Amino acid sequence: MSTVMNSRPGVLARLLDSDLWYQFSRSPVTVASAALTLAFCLIAVFATWLAPHDPFDPASLDLLDAHLPPAWAAEGSANYLLGTDDQGRDVLSAIMYGSRVSLLVAIAATALAMLIGVTLGLLAGYFGGRLDGLIMRIADVQLSFPTILLALLIDGVVRSALSKELHDTLSLYVLIFAIAVSNWVQYARTVRGSTLVERSKEYVQAARVMGLSPLTILRRHVLPNVMGPVLVIATLGFCNAIIAEATLSFLGLGVPPTQPSLGTLIRIGNELLFSGEWWITVFPGVYLVAMVLAVNLLGDWLRDALNPKLR
Amino acid sequence: MLQKKAIALALAAFALGGAAASEAAVLRWAHSTDISSADPYGRREDFTLSVLGNVYEGLVRWNDRQQLEPALAESWEIVEPTRWRFHLRRGVKFHNGNAFDADDVVFSFQRATAPKSNFKGLLEPVREVRKVDDHTVDLVLKAPHAILLNDLAGWFIMDREWCIEHGAAEPIDLASAEQKAYTANHANGTGPFMLKSREPDVSIVAVANPGWWDTPRHNLSEVVYTPIRSDATRVAALLSGQLDFIRGVPLADVPRLEQNPDIRMLEGPHARVVFLGMNARDPELKSSDVRGRNPFADIRVRTALYQAINEDAIKKSVMRGRARPAAIAVAPQTHGYDASLDVRLPYDPEVAKALLAEAGYPNGFAVELGCPNNGSLINDEQICQALVAMLGKVGVRVSLRAQPSTQHYGALLKGELDMWMLGWASLPAGDVSALFTAVVHSPNGSLGAYNPKGWSDPGLDALITQVGTEYDPGKRQALISEALRRHREAVAVLPLHQQQLTWAARKGFTVPQPADEYVRWWTVTGPK
Amino acid sequence: MLAYVIRRLTSGLFVMLAVAFIAFLLFNFVGDPVNNMLGENATAEQRAELQHKLGLDQPFPLQFARFVGNAAQGEFGISYRNLQPVSELLEARLPATLELSVVAALLALALGIPMGVYTALHRDGVLARLCQMVSLIGVSIPSFLTGILLILVFSVTLNWLPSFGRGEVVTLGGWSTGLLTASGLKSLILPAVTLALFQMTMIMRLVRSEMLEVLRTDYIKFARARGIRERSVRFRHALKNTLVPVITIIGLQLGAVIAFAIITETVFQWPGMGLLLIQAITFGDIPVIAAYLVLVAFLFVLINLIVDLLYYVVDPRIRIDRGVVAL
Repeated sequence: MSTVMNSRPGVLARLLDSDLWYQFSRSPVTVASAALTLAFCLIAVFATWLAPHDPFDPASLDLLDAHLPPAWAAEGSANYLLGTDDQGRDVLSAIMYGSRVSLLVAIAATALAMLIGVTLGLLAGYFGGRLDGLIMRIADVQLSFPTILLALLIDGVVRSALSKELHDTLSLYVLIFAIAVSNWVQYARTVRGSTLVERSKEYVQAARVMGLSPLTILRRHVLPNVMGPVLVIATLGFCNAIIAEATLSFLGLGVPPTQPSLGTLIRIGNELLFSGEWWITVFPGVYLVAMVLAVNLLGDWLRDALNPKLR
Repeated sequence: MLQKKAIALALAAFALGGAAASEAAVLRWAHSTDISSADPYGRREDFTLSVLGNVYEGLVRWNDRQQLEPALAESWEIVEPTRWRFHLRRGVKFHNGNAFDADDVVFSFQRATAPKSNFKGLLEPVREVRKVDDHTVDLVLKAPHAILLNDLAGWFIMDREWCIEHGAAEPIDLASAEQKAYTANHANGTGPFMLKSREPDVSIVAVANPGWWDTPRHNLSEVVYTPIRSDATRVAALLSGQLDFIRGVPLADVPRLEQNPDIRMLEGPHARVVFLGMNARDPELKSSDVRGRNPFADIRVRTALYQAINEDAIKKSVMRGRARPAAIAVAPQTHGYDASLDVRLPYDPEVAKALLAEAGYPNGFAVELGCPNNGSLINDEQICQALVAMLGKVGVRVSLRAQPSTQHYGALLKGELDMWMLGWASLPAGDVSALFTAVVHSPNGSLGAYNPKGWSDPGLDALITQVGTEYDPGKRQALISEALRRHREAVAVLPLHQQQLTWAARKGFTVPQPADEYVRWWTVTGPK
Repeated sequence: MLAYVIRRLTSGLFVMLAVAFIAFLLFNFVGDPVNNMLGENATAEQRAELQHKLGLDQPFPLQFARFVGNAAQGEFGISYRNLQPVSELLEARLPATLELSVVAALLALALGIPMGVYTALHRDGVLARLCQMVSLIGVSIPSFLTGILLILVFSVTLNWLPSFGRGEVVTLGGWSTGLLTASGLKSLILPAVTLALFQMTMIMRLVRSEMLEVLRTDYIKFARARGIRERSVRFRHALKNTLVPVITIIGLQLGAVIAFAIITETVFQWPGMGLLLIQAITFGDIPVIAAYLVLVAFLFVLINLIVDLLYYVVDPRIRIDRGVVAL
């Protein structure tokens, strides 16, 4: 406990004092991506105040306002800066609200998958034997189910276990859980593989000889050394989760269509690609790409910067 | 080398000459699904029948103007109300050269109604088929059956000898663990096209039957069908010239195709009408916040919801103009339609609010709407979203349960839904009685399967029974109109609109477009 | 080692059983196939009859036991949708999927590894940064959109490549291949690129990150100090040491792509197993889904076994077959 308390100011101090901050301020790409990431998060959190309309309130939608092009086009309306979608939703507001749904799903699902996967991977790789066999066979079982079937299964179980009124809000959690459950194996198997390598190295052997408990060894010595690939998978897994959500909605599952996420907006727009109503796909698409880019570039930098071996 | 070239040239010249003589064209077309099987009794499914109807034929057939006409039976008469006599066409040969006769009809009946057949539902009204002589059969009915001919158009005749020869005298048995079904990918009918090859989910190739008994209206030498599941890919394949004709153009893509000089949009009415059903029977709704009573049991509530729906706006925005607002669940192209009843209640949210208040719901109520979301109805999910918005404006808080159609219809049939979207085309019978028995009749044994919790009226049920057995067209129409009127006045369903067919073909191809959505290859002509 | 392999394969049987068990739990939620099979005109009685005939009204343990019993004899039943033996359907689809996924994986490897090495060696180079950005854009677009955009550009606008299907196939001893015909090869390009995009980015980034770490280790410094040529250091020593996570991910990705290339196969109407699965799910085709999942379980058992054996090949210090650590 005390080591944790002590290490925290250490990390902070390292962040601010060391040449890390210098590195950060010297890299315009990193500064820009950090600013963008912050902006995306703020927009998502404060969408309710920032957005000109409430696209999630069906009673406020007017079908006769549907398919309006952006404000600067000939038929555009000043009321809807980026135009409206097929239900008369303001695309700008829908992006803001939708990014909230997408970010929530992506962050929660990635964090959950990482937590499950890294823990199980460390245990399997370090202890080996039966535990390893068991965890890896569970992983094999899990791998055999595509996300869509998992979503169906979880949705079905939740639906029959819980009352129906709850379902609208629950579908979000179903989604997070389904995506997390279908992704933890990547982390688990990667961490297990790296742990197998680390375990045989001298420093771990030495720590063991010194009598450190396995948990301490795992946390203090093995974990930092296997995190490299985990962070790569996680930063990509983040955008993968956003896309997985869009893909599920492409297949007819996913968030309720009355509360579209960024992915759902792109899916809706995808159907309108030939029709010339480009703004319904392009704006959410560009927003998503920008979001993924910013998060990944920042993640890259953070990973390199926090890795003691690389400095 | 030279010699080879010369042969190739000669062959090419010959092919060209042949083409010029018969003006033959190849039709390459696509739709979203594959047929279930080449076995005509595999599954009772409309698209499969529509394709197999080009290879196999029934005693009667629908033509492209939606009329019944003689096919393998030249004529028929009603000997007594439960016995129909059919005079079979002479000189007809199956594709393998076998002659068609009464034995084939008797055999086909036995095969289609075998215990393990999934097809026997269609021939349920028929007790037996009796051979009178080689070219005459009697159909003995369990009870008078008004739409016998309509039903027979979907029952194709197979060749007895061919089936026996290939070990296919029995229909495909789904319960058996392992069975090689020759008929799944092979066919031997009497129709205008002969099946050359079929690879499930990949392609169907058929060639014109030179020995067809009827005079061909088509000029096709070959038809290649490819199922393409993704709408956008199908449209792209037409645009890129890989296909000549597609069904099911997404409404949003119509303007783009209209602008293309090489492509012609084919649009016309579809027999399918979309409407909402409501649970009016349970004492309380599962998904509602109203306890102790069922709002849908009150006709004022049903009327309020009806008048809160702005169907014109749905037509304009969601359906992009390609729909016809409807007031009854039957299309003008379906037998039994009555135009005098097809008048919608006006859209009036104020009246709706007043009606809801009068019924004791001044602040509305909550309810869940079940909706298919993968296009089993055109733009199904978008319509439902629009409905959520419109009903929200009069205080009815609708949460949407949008699911893939298999789950949606599964839940509907089990009676799990409080409010649901449904589309009905009354096909392949083409007669309103299909709607009556499945959607309007109270749930009772074999009837009312799609009305598990819906509205029920014993008087209407009695009318439906009469409609089923009345042979006299005038009397029958009167009964139908009366039944439709009662259904409409009770606001038993909330009608929305009739769908339109959106097909597209490469210039030079003419494809007649009947409301049953069947592509009859023998009516298609390609570029000369 | 042999004993280990045999033990792993035996435990694979239990994996397959577990998968089948969960699959059967799932069938309560995939909807009602009977309605799809009988069409909208069937009566309630006919539905009930078919349900009974298919055993869908039986209690879950009975259905499951019957499936396992039949599966043990290699019988998976008849597809509700295609009305054909499931084993025949799967056999017919396997070549299409394997060709597509292996080509996509090779493409991803052939581009991903060199790009990863390059971006690691030239960490701050303009081209390296560009590579990283562009590849990210590639993966942040959902594959259904990528697929359609590729079709729009290369089939509709340029008319270079076909928009759907496998082209002409040649059958060689029961294996239908599209690799031997011009139209088959042309048809392969767009789906393979769509499928490879995500894997390529993943591999590139993994290789880059691992290379960066390995290049700073003492091991490489010593190698350099010993005067080994830079080229050899990079590829013989550094790259080899990055391979454990890369192999893991490639194994997983290849398995996932073979099993679940659902979107790509749907968009390009590629007649493979992903298309078969999604159609089975949409239809509620229980025999196909059950057999399919069991087959996929076997596939993953196999792939993961191979991956574990490869660990050993790459880094003999790893002892997978005697995993118990003495404490």
